[in-house]
Amino acid sequence: MASLQDRAKLFPSSPVGAAWRLCWPILVALGLGVLMQLVVRPSIDAYSSTQILNIGIAIILAVSLTIVNGFTGQFSIGHAGFLAVGGYVAGSIAYYGSFALFGSGGAKLGLLSGLYGAPAGAPLLSTGDLLFFGSLLAGGLIAALLGVAVGLPSLRLKGDYLAIVTLGFGEIVRVLIQQTPQVLMSKEAIEESPAWKVPFSVGGSLGFGNVPKYTSHFWVYGAVVLTLIFAYRLKQSSTGRALLSIREDEIAAEAMGVRTTYYKVWGFVFAAFFAGIAGGLYAHTLGIALSPNDAGFQKSFDIIIMVVLGGLGSISGAAIAAAIVTYLPELLRTPATLEKFAIAGVPLLVVGLALYAMAGPARSDAEKKSGRDRRALPRFLIGLSVIIIGLSVLAFAARRFSINLGEYRLIIYALALIVMMITRPQGLLGVRELWDGALYRPIRDFFAPRVGLKGGA
Amino acid sequence: MLVVENLQVSYGAIRALHGISLRVDQGEVVTLIGCNGAGKTTTLRAISGIVRSSGGKVSFEGRDITRVKPHELVRLGIAHSPEGRGVFANMTVEENLSLGAFARNDHAEIAKDREKGLSLFPRLRERYKQFAGTLSGGEQQMLAMARALMARPRMLLLDEPSLGLAPQVVQTIFQIIREINAAGTTILLVEQNAHMALKVAHRAYVLEVGEIAMEGPAKELAESDEVRKAYLGVG
Repeated sequence: MASLQDRAKLFPSSPVGAAWRLCWPILVALGLGVLMQLVVRPSIDAYSSTQILNIGIAIILAVSLTIVNGFTGQFSIGHAGFLAVGGYVAGSIAYYGSFALFGSGGAKLGLLSGLYGAPAGAPLLSTGDLLFFGSLLAGGLIAALLGVAVGLPSLRLKGDYLAIVTLGFGEIVRVLIQQTPQVLMSKEAIEESPAWKVPFSVGGSLGFGNVPKYTSHFWVYGAVVLTLIFAYRLKQSSTGRALLSIREDEIAAEAMGVRTTYYKVWGFVFAAFFAGIAGGLYAHTLGIALSPNDAGFQKSFDIIIMVVLGGLGSISGAAIAAAIVTYLPELLRTPATLEKFAIAGVPLLVVGLALYAMAGPARSDAEKKSGRDRRALPRFLIGLSVIIIGLSVLAFAARRFSINLGEYRLIIYALALIVMMITRPQGLLGVRELWDGALYRPIRDFFAPRVGLKGGA
Repeated sequence: MLVVENLQVSYGAIRALHGISLRVDQGEVVTLIGCNGAGKTTTLRAISGIVRSSGGKVSFEGRDITRVKPHELVRLGIAHSPEGRGVFANMTVEENLSLGAFARNDHAEIAKDREKGLSLFPRLRERYKQFAGTLSGGEQQMLAMARALMARPRMLLLDEPSLGLAPQVVQTIFQIIREINAAGTTILLVEQNAHMALKVAHRAYVLEVGEIAMEGPAKELAESDEVRKAYLGVG
């Protein structure tokens, strides 16, 4: 099995190769984005389409937090602070930028923007989209700068102590946003206000709902793809290994020549950047009014739950958990949705059982000798059966005793988390990834980065 | 090669080292033996910069390294295999080894050194794709040493390689220490197992509550009455 170093030798970097490595993730992002926006979104109802959008934003948040909490092992509980900073910066730039460029604060949608798409006859990308894109990047970069500020205390602090510092950071962001002046609603108001004050007029505790609503499935899923590929490449690169080694044993990492202080700060910067982007996307979502509470620890904990549930250090685990945690409270609203999911699980279970029945007994002797983990398949099937039975019982009980599930859903959600932590404390995937499976190996060898980042000598 | 002069370390108000001086010459195995709390690990950590010294001087190949940061030290040619092994438990043997070569960029030579390491520790080849946390104690110690060697150090600092290992495994580990030294790496070995340490070492220092109590060729020390009584449990 070739290691990264060997591969680096086999594939010396050429300009063409480097350009391709830079371009293909962007092409994939554009491709999935366009598919989501122009094919998937029009074919589903408004409710599901909002859910799918929320899941996308949650995935970006969870994967970004994975870089700090999962890879680097620094327990940050102020991640929502970066989300809010990114959101407010991007929102302010897009809102007041629109006044400067177009004379009003409304969105100038292209075909790829807006939750419900643009009016017919709009161009594919409008000038408004460019402003939106720029504001997202600015939000990400400002959040990343703050990542340096939050990363620096982590050089001296560990564990609980660091957690408290990051918590403090989130609260500071929240309180500062609360103190901002009210949103300027018209061109005249903006002209009357002192110029330096304009970008900070984001509504204080009243919230900031006037951000033009550009966010669409195109933008969100484009960003999801780029975030996932970034996190994947980071994990494979030498920078990523340095981060992981800090999580595992800081003294040993230092002894290997890893400049732990330098890499810890980078961990925070990467995480903050993507959280900032997610914040920008969130701020521009239809139906969302940014509020100072988006920087609060409640929001931070939502993200931590996703990362811990998925398995600390697992990118794919965090993404899956983000989808589940975002959707679960919605799933629990009515018996009908529960039943739908229970029924959808049955064919999966049947196929799984059939596979196990075919493969299981015949190979058991050889497998016992070779020491392979024979329980892998059944354990998954047991989990699936429990979920199907659980959903069915829940749906049945709700109908039989006419319980309004909507009222209890958050309790059920919390119970599910507790059961999960007791039965599988390492999270869905532990430190492993979906693609660690043998099936994925040929694809991984094809796409794996050939040259690692190197820095901090 | 390595010269330590009057090295002092304090943890708060407690002085752990009261001024240690020692010398390791090129090609030697030098061992530092002593009881629990004598300051062996502290000495090693102060040399590699993990613990800040409050006085004294450490120099390596004529260069003052007293204030050099631990992550820079490995680039100067000193690798430190820390106490308690410090393997990266949730990473594979392969990944542990590549992290050992983190400070290097010469990919072809790294591949050669990995091959060398694996032939020195054949057990690691069998465990190549396994998480380091699933290895036995002895295998983890082997991994820690192999990983330190991946930096291609001219000098290796080994902290308690026999800690918590079965006698049979300790024999193997010390045999390999001898081989590493024979291949040209200078070794400073900190050990509680004085018996084994004095067998492989050329010279030895005996540390007692933060001070060097005795020093000399390992053979002579092994035969001296004081050492035999205090550390070898004979006489």
